[in-house]
Amino acid sequence: MSPRRTRTRGRGQEGPIQVPELGLVVLCGASGSGKSTFAHQHFLATEVVSSDQCRALVSDDQTDQSVTQPAFELLHDIVDKRLQVGRMTVVDATNTKPEDRRALIELARRWDVLATAIVFDLPVQVCLERNELRTDRQTPEHAIRRQHQTLRRTSSSLRKEKFSRVYTIGSVETLDAAVLERTKSWNDRSEDCGPFDIIGDIHGCHDEMIGLLAELGYTTDVGPGDAMSHPEGRRALFLGDLVDRGPGSDKVLADVMTMVEAGTGLCILGNHEQKLARYLAGRKVKTTHGLAETVEQLDSRTPEFREQVATFIDSLVSHYILDEGRLVVAHAGLPERYQGRASGRVRSIALYGDTDGETDEFGLPIRYPWAEEYRGTATVVYGHTPVPSAEWINNTICLDTGSVFGGELTALRWPERELVAVPAARQYYEPIRPLEPEPEAVNRPPLLLDVGDVLGKHHVETSLGGRLTIDAERSSAALEVISRFATDPRWLVHLPPTMAPVATSSRPDYLEHPDQAFEYYRDEGVTDLVCQEKHMGSRAVLIFARDADAAMARFGITNEAAGVIVTRTGRPFFADEAITKSLLDRVRDAVTATGLWDTLSTNWMVLDAELLPWSAKAKQLLQTQYAATGAAATAMLKAASEVLTKAASRGSETAGLEDPESPGLEDQDQLTELLARTASRQQHVAGYIDAYRQYCWDTDGVTGIEIAPFQILAAEGETLARRPHAWHLEMIDALVDADPQLFRRTGRRVVDLNDEATVADAISWWVEATNAGGEGMVVKPAEAIVSGEKGLVLPGVKCRGREYLRIIYGPEYLEPANLERLRSRFLGRKSSLARREFVLGIEALDRFVAHEHLYRTHECVFGVLALESVPVDPRL
Amino acid sequence: MLVSITSTTPDAGDLGFLLHKHPNRVRSVDVAGGRAHVFYPEATPERTTATLLVEVDPVRLSRPVGSKKSKSGPAPANLEPYVNDRPYVASSMLCVAIGRLFGTALAGRCDTRPDLVDTPLDLELAVPVVAARGGVDAVKRLFGPLGWSVEAEVLPLDPAFESWGDSRYVSLVLKGAQTVKDALAHLFVLLPVLDDAKHYWVGESEVDKLLRRGGAWLPKHPDREFIARRYLRFASLSRDALARLAEGDADIDGQDDRHNAGEEEIERPISLNQQRLTAVTEAVLAAGGGRVVDLGCGEGRLLERLIAEPQVMELMGVDVSLWSLDKAERRLRLENMSERRREKIRLVQGALTYTDARIRGADVATIVEVIEHLDAERLDVFARVVFGDAAPSTVIVTTPNREYNVNFEGLEPGRLRHGDHRFEWTRAEFAAWVESVNQEFGYTAEFFGIGPEHPETGPPTQMSIFRRGVAYEPSNPGAGS
Repeated sequence: MSPRRTRTRGRGQEGPIQVPELGLVVLCGASGSGKSTFAHQHFLATEVVSSDQCRALVSDDQTDQSVTQPAFELLHDIVDKRLQVGRMTVVDATNTKPEDRRALIELARRWDVLATAIVFDLPVQVCLERNELRTDRQTPEHAIRRQHQTLRRTSSSLRKEKFSRVYTIGSVETLDAAVLERTKSWNDRSEDCGPFDIIGDIHGCHDEMIGLLAELGYTTDVGPGDAMSHPEGRRALFLGDLVDRGPGSDKVLADVMTMVEAGTGLCILGNHEQKLARYLAGRKVKTTHGLAETVEQLDSRTPEFREQVATFIDSLVSHYILDEGRLVVAHAGLPERYQGRASGRVRSIALYGDTDGETDEFGLPIRYPWAEEYRGTATVVYGHTPVPSAEWINNTICLDTGSVFGGELTALRWPERELVAVPAARQYYEPIRPLEPEPEAVNRPPLLLDVGDVLGKHHVETSLGGRLTIDAERSSAALEVISRFATDPRWLVHLPPTMAPVATSSRPDYLEHPDQAFEYYRDEGVTDLVCQEKHMGSRAVLIFARDADAAMARFGITNEAAGVIVTRTGRPFFADEAITKSLLDRVRDAVTATGLWDTLSTNWMVLDAELLPWSAKAKQLLQTQYAATGAAATAMLKAASEVLTKAASRGSETAGLEDPESPGLEDQDQLTELLARTASRQQHVAGYIDAYRQYCWDTDGVTGIEIAPFQILAAEGETLARRPHAWHLEMIDALVDADPQLFRRTGRRVVDLNDEATVADAISWWVEATNAGGEGMVVKPAEAIVSGEKGLVLPGVKCRGREYLRIIYGPEYLEPANLERLRSRFLGRKSSLARREFVLGIEALDRFVAHEHLYRTHECVFGVLALESVPVDPRL
Repeated sequence: MLVSITSTTPDAGDLGFLLHKHPNRVRSVDVAGGRAHVFYPEATPERTTATLLVEVDPVRLSRPVGSKKSKSGPAPANLEPYVNDRPYVASSMLCVAIGRLFGTALAGRCDTRPDLVDTPLDLELAVPVVAARGGVDAVKRLFGPLGWSVEAEVLPLDPAFESWGDSRYVSLVLKGAQTVKDALAHLFVLLPVLDDAKHYWVGESEVDKLLRRGGAWLPKHPDREFIARRYLRFASLSRDALARLAEGDADIDGQDDRHNAGEEEIERPISLNQQRLTAVTEAVLAAGGGRVVDLGCGEGRLLERLIAEPQVMELMGVDVSLWSLDKAERRLRLENMSERRREKIRLVQGALTYTDARIRGADVATIVEVIEHLDAERLDVFARVVFGDAAPSTVIVTTPNREYNVNFEGLEPGRLRHGDHRFEWTRAEFAAWVESVNQEFGYTAEFFGIGPEHPETGPPTQMSIFRRGVAYEPSNPGAGS
């Protein structure tokens, strides 16, 4: 029996009332006919939307007839939303007039669900009696009579109103005895978890089908009438279009029918079967597109066989949801919004795809490229449109590889996701449209991102940190930066996370000290640490391929440099691409020299690094802010010192005398104090100037530029950032050795918190390095990524030097009065950002490594940038 | 920050009376942002110097304005509040201290020696660090007309890096016969004008007060308009989230809209912007169709024209910059718009490198002076988004004609019209791009010029009108074509 046929239950008919699990149920009946009681008995309270309830919601009075219009608008809105998200919805209103029902039917159609009408056609006397007994409200008698009459008059037209089923309850006895049964949708086989071998369009290629099934491990050597089967109980799942064009459509049908009958196969409907069924039913059909061949083959079979074929096709469903919702199969694919739904439209889209009547130069319909926009969680496997090879597009895959046109017959093993294909023995049919795509388009990832992927509040599921939320406001800021200033998103597979500083030190002369870094990790239960020198330059991420071809193949984009160097916000590091190219060429040479391409079996990689000098990127900042402040401070304090000295010396000329012509003693003291303080400030300013000068040197092109890599974030097949730091440092040391001029080695100390000597050693190393002008160090868990009881442990904390911090907290921050006030810092938000950005950065790499669609990687990278716009104390 | 006033008019000690500060005392008071001291390095009948020294508290200075509790206040976008020249340069803060410690002198009152108030003295004003935008010239231009002889020396940025050049600081000495009242008033008004930087705690009410200090002499100053403009240009202290991403280079932090002053200034002599808006509006009307999207609408000048057209039934302005959309909203007075008109228009944030369901199905898309703000290598994505995905029936694109640039005075040869322009095209380059779009997406295009056509270089702005699918029927939509 076809699932799409509707059935009307007449008055007094036996058996349960069947309603689809996902559907709209419209209760129709006069007031007092028992609708609400019925709804209460058979449905969840939240499944029922009643007009009385909506009246109450808008006006506090469920009997207020003056709010009928807004109440019904609300009712329709609720129904609309519930159907959109796919919930059973019951409308409890009189619904006696066809126009009332029409609005509801339209909602059901809009969301592609079946509508069931249950008509409460009880004798009017019963309604009136019940109404009498009501305590909450009573409807005027004339109104009930009118409702009753309207319903009687129009109930015969209910079927024409496109309800899929109409049940009528004609007596109190039927009402009391009514049993309600929720039926699963025909396409819902979600409890069936396979495993499956999903097979694309066969089109009568019987030999290839047998070959493929054999390849897949099926026992194909079976007697006539016996079903082929798999020794491990796997089942073949045919995607439709078994017939037409090829030489053995009848044999394919016979085999598939036997397998489906025996339970070793499943099949969904293809458009060619549908056309064949119409032919077999005697309709007028053009025998084009290969139907003529099938007809001819079937003519050689018995009429019984043709009858069986017709019945078989009639039993086929147009799509299935399988494996607990993880898998959807439909002949022409199915956008998320139609999955599990039932309507003529869903069926048509599942069979033919989403076409709007336009055709291409070959006269074939142009289909809406739904797969490129697909964002659903279920994997969609389909056929219908021949493609040169089966390739994943956004969690969807087309298995029609044009066997009948001389291509291949392809299967997908589920849940393994392995492709198995056998080549066609020959071309059986001339394709209308050439199968080969434009050469340029091969292997090129779809490059379009949709603004809906990034704008507004959205969530990113991550493996390290669960579900992260990005606020709309943050996304807005990130969108502008990404689209106006950042490098092409195809390159941008990672952005570095921010890093939190250590908690504030309580030592008298320090704002930050290693003590707190060790304390943090000790609290988190991490004892194996590595302290890495923090270079003072600008953060740079190097994303590059071995050559332009490799870049094109992997990133879908290339340039002169076959890679990019970007800043922490994704902008090109250098305005001049020639510098990028020279630097990347040297990096590539070093990678080649160390054999790292082969070690990692890759032809691209992502390096996280610091690029020095600071002045290479921050020259403008240095000049307008740092050097300027130094210049102003030096000149002003020098002048102050001079005038103060002069003023103080006026008094000293007549020291000890109460001379009315010179400053008094108290005033003298004040001048001396001012002078001392000015001298101290001068010293601080000199220290500040020394601090920034260390990080500046002139560069010319690439000369003078140094790169200090600290992690190889990713390469083909692996997010290397998950490996321990010891591995990274070893690889990077080799790079440094290969080009010591370009690369700067990162000093490090390995610390075991259970070994005090290593702790003391690391601290004295830090003190020495920072006194000599070093920025400081970053303390990281040796294992890189560690999860503790409280979740992910910070992947690193920075501990900056006393002198360096002058350029962060201002030249005079070490004045005791200043330092004391600066100790109150709020680190919570910074740490939280550091953790979330890290999680997103790793997720971006994971997704890129897994060859996921551009938007999947991009949403993570975008998230990092969005979080970077969260206001946080910039000194941290 | 520091300023010294020296009198060499006998008896120089009179300066103490005028300033109401005894030459033998050190006077210290708390002022906003720190502590100010007045003392006398010299006090003889021949030469008396009073010095005002303000010790700025850098920690207090760095607290966000309007909030004593830094935790609840908005965090600044970068380190600028913590590492800056404010504690050291003569700025509005110094003026506040002058007002505080020399307020009576500034007001022209001297109860003990009223005769001195209006007597010009031989004065020297020494300000060791003046933040002077415009350098020595600006200093001379401002103080010279007031009767001062100006000695100004520029300070180097950092002697260790000679290539970095000079700073914007000037060591200043002014000499002249002036009343103390006027001398102080000159400093009071002109130091912040030279500084032209953010004022940290000067509220709006104080702006009026400060302006009153110049009442006597400002109207006669040849640069009075410049002074007033600078003075009133109080930079907004609020920074949005965007500025946090600015990385210190000025592109976002100091962002102006992309159709901003610089470009307009260059094109002003031929009032190109007006002609462009007229031409595009006419083209939209000629194209027909009621649903119009303006992609890269900026601050909404085209929207302002289009909303008034009855033919336009539905109008959407799209821009990537919330700042611009905000300005557009104000320009269009969306808040006060009649409901019917308000329903016609939507302003949304979007980017031309992302497909966008909201712009699909438009009859006309206008892209006015926008593409040159995209990196050239993103143009393929842009074309797919607009012509491939949104696919309006008509697309109107305008962009500068680079060839015309030689006709602009005030534009250095080889320079582009705006700092954010990633490229500017010649007519041939534009035509080649248009042709590639036509080929790939099935459009037909016609070219028009906007602005005065030059016999060799062509018009300043070039416009292409794309029609999807069909051949274009010319209906003379372009203004100067």
